[in-house]
Amino acid sequence: MANFFSNLFRKNSKLETNQLIVKKTIISFTFFFLFAGAALWGWYWLRHQPLDGGIRGGIPQPLRAGLDKNEKIFSGLLSDKHLAREYPRSSAVKKARVNGNVGMGNDFDAATWQMYVIRSNGDSLKLKLDDLKKLPKTEVVFNFKCIEGWSQITWWGGVKFSDFMKAYGLTAEAGKNYLGLSTPDEEYYVGIDMASAMHPQTILCYELNGAPLPMNQGYPLRLIIPTKYGVKHLKRIGTMYFDDARPPDYWAERGYDYFTGL
Amino acid sequence: MKKIVKKHPLAIRWFHWINFPVLAIMIWSGLLIYWANDVYKIGFGDKTLLKFFPDSFYKALHIPFRLAEGMAYHFFFMWFFFLNGIAYVLYTIFSGEWRYLLPQRRSWKDAWLVLLHDLHIRKTVPPVEGKYNAAQRIAYSAIIVMGIGSILTGLAIYKPIQLGWLCTIFGGYKSARVIHFILTIGYVLFFLIHVIQVILAGWNNFRGMIAGFEVVKVKDESVAADVNTETISKDESLKSGNG
Repeated sequence: MANFFSNLFRKNSKLETNQLIVKKTIISFTFFFLFAGAALWGWYWLRHQPLDGGIRGGIPQPLRAGLDKNEKIFSGLLSDKHLAREYPRSSAVKKARVNGNVGMGNDFDAATWQMYVIRSNGDSLKLKLDDLKKLPKTEVVFNFKCIEGWSQITWWGGVKFSDFMKAYGLTAEAGKNYLGLSTPDEEYYVGIDMASAMHPQTILCYELNGAPLPMNQGYPLRLIIPTKYGVKHLKRIGTMYFDDARPPDYWAERGYDYFTGL
Repeated sequence: MKKIVKKHPLAIRWFHWINFPVLAIMIWSGLLIYWANDVYKIGFGDKTLLKFFPDSFYKALHIPFRLAEGMAYHFFFMWFFFLNGIAYVLYTIFSGEWRYLLPQRRSWKDAWLVLLHDLHIRKTVPPVEGKYNAAQRIAYSAIIVMGIGSILTGLAIYKPIQLGWLCTIFGGYKSARVIHFILTIGYVLFFLIHVIQVILAGWNNFRGMIAGFEVVKVKDESVAADVNTETISKDESLKSGNG
């Protein structure tokens, strides 16, 4: 046995073939298991990192850092020239899928609805649907993509977000990093990077398939932002605000990526 | 007499063993994602032969309601899969290892002989040129193509608008997702066959992927005199197993 161990440290040239085979095998497998152990330890470490502050089971902090790094890398691809493919209206589904009803409670009076736009100076605009309908209408027929993995060609109409910002002179606001939206009851809320919000296909939407939005699709006004997953297409906009810091985001608080850019 | 013959370079062993857990994490986190919209099945008409996946499968692996977690892991470990894959491909190109890997003209025909031999239909051992037999050359080259396919279809699903051209190449968003899924099923099938073949090929072959060498029996006494010097066998046929 002593001989066996001393062989491990003896020069290769002094060993017989069989001894050399054993030596090389043992050294290699020792390293192999050391690295395998280190990898397992790394996995255990990652699984036991503090969560990112998620409300309903967030994700380990290093993974959140990873998602934010990915945003830095991939948001560079975002361009007003990269448009979601548009389809003829006839390709659109007749019944758009309804997914999620957070913030869509029944205690909502559509007749008195107004959208509050909180300006940077603290003033707020109160807008009715007719105010928005006065602005030029933009339609988009695109493949709506849900973060769950399904997609559907849908036809929406409304006012281009960038047109709206220009029409109401919200230039200082457009210079902020983020757009924040929430439902009137503040149950559902999203944050969107300004570059994506100002993308030419982003619309404040009041029509689906050429008709007013159905209640369960966010009547009177919702966001349609083809460069994001459906989670960001907030239904029933109550308040709009602007910030340099990230506004709270319902699904990001539950472990999803904040950027979710497509 | 025995002789120690170098088989797999250290770099290739690293790439192989890094890829194994990383790919496992990618497949697992992919399952967490797929569950949220698990629409694929094999069948015809209204008949479903195989649903991806049965509820019992999900339950056994604790898959349901973990979409956010799945995406977080998937988009974290994709970098390791990508970088390790790139390093492997570059190393294979520049080290000359591609000579042992890429299928040769005769490989396509010989692969059938390997298959027939492995299924115990044909007795004669098919020729092995270099490190791998014909079937291995095809399988291991195919897995590289599949890896590239996974990365490209993955990118197409990940950024279908900013990389719209890529999405179009794969026939659109839905189609890219299907291809991404099929490739993953391909890895699982590859893995099963690979592990069976490694077990059948035995210890000497398996040790090659960890220690890097194989022990070869030498008949010729003149070579046997030279046993203690390691020879790098470039052209010599190794008696190599599968796997």
